[in-house]
This record gives sequence, C-alpha cells and structure tokens, in this order.
Amino acid sequence: MAYTKDQLLARLQELKIEFLSCDHPAVMTVEQQAKYVGHLGGALSKNLFLKDKKHRLYIISALENTKVDLKILSLRLGLGKGGLRMAPEEALPEILHVALGSVTPFSLINESARSVSLLLDKGFKSQRYCLFHPLTNEVTIALTPIDFDKFLLSIGREPAYVDLEDCPVVGKDNPPDLAYLVPAEALNLPGGADKVPPTSAPAQTNATLEQKTKLPTQKPKEPSKEQRQKSGKDKPQINADAVADSTNVEKFVEKVLEKISNVFISELTKQSNAEDGNIKDHVLEGVKQRISSDLLSMTMTLKNSVYTQGFHAGIESTLYPLANKKIVDRK
Amino acid sequence: MASTTGETLAAAEPIADGRTEEGEEEQVVNPWEVSAKGGKIDYDKLVDKFGCQRLDDILIQRFERITGRRAHVFLRRGLFFAHRDLSDILDAYERGEKFYLYTGRGPSSESLHLGHLVPFMFTKYLQDVFKVPLVIQLTDDEKCMWKGLSVEESERLARENAKDIIACGFDIERTFIFADFSYMSPPIYKNIVRIANCVTGNKIVGIFGLTLEDYGGKFFFPYIQAAPSFPSSFPHIFSGKYSKLRCLIPCAIDQDPYFRMTRDVAPRLSYHKPALIESKFFPALQGESGKMSASDPNSAIYVTDSLKDIKNKVNRYAFSGGQDTIEKQRKYGANLEVDVPVKYLNFFLDDDAELLSIKEKYGSGAMLTGEVKARLIEVLSEIVERHQRARAAVTEEMVDAFMAVRPLPRMFG
Repeated sequence: MAYTKDQLLARLQELKIEFLSCDHPAVMTVEQQAKYVGHLGGALSKNLFLKDKKHRLYIISALENTKVDLKILSLRLGLGKGGLRMAPEEALPEILHVALGSVTPFSLINESARSVSLLLDKGFKSQRYCLFHPLTNEVTIALTPIDFDKFLLSIGREPAYVDLEDCPVVGKDNPPDLAYLVPAEALNLPGGADKVPPTSAPAQTNATLEQKTKLPTQKPKEPSKEQRQKSGKDKPQINADAVADSTNVEKFVEKVLEKISNVFISELTKQSNAEDGNIKDHVLEGVKQRISSDLLSMTMTLKNSVYTQGFHAGIESTLYPLANKKIVDRK
Repeated sequence: MASTTGETLAAAEPIADGRTEEGEEEQVVNPWEVSAKGGKIDYDKLVDKFGCQRLDDILIQRFERITGRRAHVFLRRGLFFAHRDLSDILDAYERGEKFYLYTGRGPSSESLHLGHLVPFMFTKYLQDVFKVPLVIQLTDDEKCMWKGLSVEESERLARENAKDIIACGFDIERTFIFADFSYMSPPIYKNIVRIANCVTGNKIVGIFGLTLEDYGGKFFFPYIQAAPSFPSSFPHIFSGKYSKLRCLIPCAIDQDPYFRMTRDVAPRLSYHKPALIESKFFPALQGESGKMSASDPNSAIYVTDSLKDIKNKVNRYAFSGGQDTIEKQRKYGANLEVDVPVKYLNFFLDDDAELLSIKEKYGSGAMLTGEVKARLIEVLSEIVERHQRARAAVTEEMVDAFMAVRPLPRMFG
C-alpha cells in the first residue's frame, strides 16, 4: 500500500507535527527547488537513493552544500571501494513509491522501504527548518529538525545523523565507522537484479521500539584444516558460514532482540484488545512463553558451537608442544 | 536401539514365534514388531505383561517438587507413562546421589520424523532439569546386522542421525555421543563379555524370538545394547566416585525386553539395576490403524519437511474424528478418541488451558476440523522450524566434539 502525499500530511497532523507547505511546479534539482521555496528560510536537502553490491538500499539526505563523496562513504560503510552506486530507476516507484526527482526520507513511511537505510547529514540538526518533498516533487514542506525526528521515530526509525564530509582512514585498526548503518536485509530489486536471499528477518515497521542498530556482517571464517568433505558432499563454505553465524555474539544478540521485538509487538497488539486492565503482565507473560523455546534453542547452539571451537583449538595446540610448553608442562 | 517410537519393522522382519508362553497373542510388542488386533495397543495389558509400573500423578508431582519446574508436557499428558525403579532414582537424587542418562538410536534411515525425536526431546528435558550427564548410543552395528547395510553406510547414517540428535539441544558439556563401530574399545568390550557370560542363548531366544536360522551377531547384539547401562563402560567419564553411578534409561516401551535382561544381569556384576522411563508409541498421521513407517512419507511429519509439506500432510492425511459435514459437526461434535490432530496437540501443545478449550469446543461441535488442524499446523511448524534452524548450525566439527572420548568435568554443574 503506497502512501500518498495527503496521507503523509494527515499523518504529520496526527502526530501534531507543525509544518509549512508550499506547492510549486515539479522540480528535478535542488537549484530549481530553491527558486520556489528559498524564501521559507530553511535548509534545502539533496536526497540520494543508492544501492550496494549486495542490493541493499540507502537514502542519503544531505544539506545542499555538503559534499557527498560516494567513494569515501562506501569505505566507511564497510562496502569496500566503489561499493555504492545509484539505485536503479525502477526501484523508485517499486520500493519508495515515489517518482523520479522526489526521493525523500518521508518515503520510508512505506512498508516496502523497511529495509532501506537512512543516513542524515548532521548539519540538519542545527537548522531552523529542514525542507523535504512530501512524496511528490510538486510540493515542499518545511519542519523543524525535532519534528522531523519525531516523524522518523513514529515509523520505527532511529534517526542516524552522520558527518557526511568526514573522511576517516578505514583500515585494519580502524573498522568502518558507518558499518552499523548497513541494512540487514537485501531486497529483490526490479529490473532483473540478482535475487539475494535475506540474511535475517525484516525489521519491524509499525514498531514503536527504536529500530535496532544494524551490525556489521561478519566475513565467514576460513574453513578449518579439519573441514571434512564427507561422502561427496563438498560444501565447506556452508559449514564455515554456519560456524561464523553460530559463534557471532553480535549476530546472536541481534537475533535475540529481533525475536523479542517481534513477539512483544504482536502480543501487545493481541492484548490491547483484551478487557483486562493488567495488560502489562499479560503481555510479558505471553512474550516469555512464546520465545523461551526459541531462545533456549539458539543459546544452546551458541554454547555447543563455542565449545566445539575451543575443543578443536585445544587439539590443534598440542601440535605445537614447544610453543605451548607451559600448558604441556602443567599436564 | 532396534526400533524407535512408532516405527515398525514388521514388514521387513520374519515373524518370530515362540515369543510368549501364552498361545494366541492379541498384540505383539518387541523391539522389531509392534502390532495389535484392531490396531489399538492396550497399554494397560502391556504394562501388566511386561511387569513395569505406571507413572502416576504422585510421581509427576514428585518430579515437579524435586526439579522445581513444571513437568514436561510428555509427562503431563501421559506419553511417558511407565517406568521401572524411577522412585529409587528420585529417592537417591534427593539424598544427593546423582545418576546418568542413557538413550540411543538405531540409525536405519537418514530421515527422521517427529516420532523419532520424541525420546530425545524428553531426554533433553531430563538432562536440563536434573543437570546430569548423558550417553547416546548409535547402534550402527545393529543396523548392519538387521538391515543388511554395509558397515560404511551404517557408519555414515549414524553420523547423519547424530546431527539431528544434537539439534534437539543437548548440552555438549555433559553429553557423549558414540557409535558402536567407532567406540568399541577395551572398557566397553569387557563389559559386553561380562554380560554375555550371564545370559544364555535360550534366554536370548525367549526374549527376542531369534532362531538358529538367524545370523549369530543378532544373538550377541543384546549384550552390546546392555553395556552402556554400566558406568564402567565409560571410564573417561565415570571414574572414581562415579564408577557405580546409577543409570536412568528413557526409551519407548518396545525396548523393555533389552533392559529386563540387563536388570537381571546388573546385580551379578555389582551394579545398580538401570531404571527405565518408558513412552507409548507415537500415532501415525493416519491414526491407530496406520503404522508410522519410513517407507510412507505421509505417515509422519519429517524434520526436513517444509511448512508447505506440513500443511499438506496434516490437511490431507491426518485422520479426523470430526463429522462428515459441517452441520453434523456442529450438532454432534467430533470423536476425540480417534482424532489424530487432537492426539498430536495433546503431546505438542504445551498450554493446558488452550488444549482443554480446544477439546471442549471440538467435542461439542463449536469448533471445526479445519480449525483444529490449522492450530496443529502452527504448533508443528514452530517445532520443525526450530529444529531445522538448530540443525543447520551443526557442523562436522561439532559432531566430532560430541563424539570425542573426553572427560566431562562439569557434567553435574
């Protein structure tokens, strides 16, 4: 269900967000836009709709004069060199439900855009008003940064303000500082893009909880020396990923939080229909009941996986008796 | 173990005669055959005939008191329903005397269904609430003997089954999995021979119905299945003060003959008799008259089934006790005695209140078959999904670690 401009503005009013609205002929660039709305005294935004090599999507919303260097941002996001490109044109109507020239953070109100990551210029915070298109480039609205945050939170997004012009050196000792903003899920892009299976379940849309911070995807470990190629099933890569996934504490916690969030929201919805005043207790009880088994199973997998790693490390270390002399002697 | 919950080998095995002292036999229950006239097993008769005891509410309450937790759904709903010397185990446990768990699987096929998982799910619960170690025997040698599989194929199946077993959530800190072909070694072999010296061929024939036409290995195998009941078979785990540790064996009731024999032998080797906690057979989707068998994929829900498969199988093959038409159903209600979805919910739906409500509504006609089946599909899908997730995380290295002959220093921690 794609949101229209009117629906969006109605929502803003529901949220008691004050905004100024200005109609104008369709504009395709910030310069054109400035001619019509420059008098509002707010900060115009340029909005880029980007994708990476794994078909994950991003909106970068920056002040007019901020230099946005895609090469540097690509490194900072942990996407390597040249990992960021413009998203295919078809993705605009398909994912954001807006036309060409109308990219706006407000398009994230759509369910289809739930996995699109949003990077905001930290410069917005100090502006009196921020100017965006409300899903059409024939209108511009101006609202305060605080109200803009309010809107984002209402659609379950944690506003991510970034110094877009910063160019830190990304290397072995300096991990990519924006990696947490990479979406967990890739989308099936239109126009013959390769289908990429989601790496984890999609984040909540109607959630009132903050969107969890995205965590860096871990490179799968090299298959160990003992990696078997048993009975003709020659798939070491799958095993290596399974190990990496099972022992990755961040992924584990991410999965846990996600499960709790999902079940919490669904219980809340269920219980809000109940007559009983003791909603809080019912919800918590329901949540506990529904996720205990899953969490226990996941945690046992974690425990067994790390024991396995330790066990094999122990065996391997006996191959280096001189280096491990202290351990060997203690035995 | 020769057979697991619900699986029958009757089609493949020759019918053994001279099984019992009585003449005409109405129902047959032994490790290789489970069948009854009219399809329905009479468990009361079985318990009487075998001489084991029923697990009553008092014992279940004792479980809850000692473990401080609600009893497992399989106990509450009577799937695990009989025992031998369970009270002794509980008495000893209350005195601070520990025990270990022993269960197993005969790896005859690569695909496991929910019926196969039942004893493992229950054993995991026991491991968790009592915090005790567990040994799991994979009888690849037995399948070699009875199913004519090659040694290599049996070994391979054992390893594959181990992965599904591990996926049930056993704690690697207190679990040792072993396959007979690879674990055979002085400590366990010596026990096997000690046991063999206590049981004559006649007795084996009497218990297991073998004849001189059968290959000799089949006479010897019962001793192999008995040996893990004695802690000295695992000196790397049970030594010193644990060398005479008590043993509790969760299994399906068709395994009772093996352990009757073992219990006879135990005192002669100065060991505690192993205690047993036994389950009924898990019904096939088609109902009591059907056999859950590996050759009919629609008789059971497999751990590899997709959500679509589960939906399809339950909707099309689960035997319904509901009426033929909606009008009749509303008027008369469903026959809960034969309804398979309700039976399955009985074992897999943990919420007592919800189950009661479903039974009342379905029995009175307020609820339709489709609704009950839909709920069952939900419940089964959750279980299967969770299992598949855990299974995907089991690596060859994890199997190696579970099967490594290593001490378990924190097995009671």
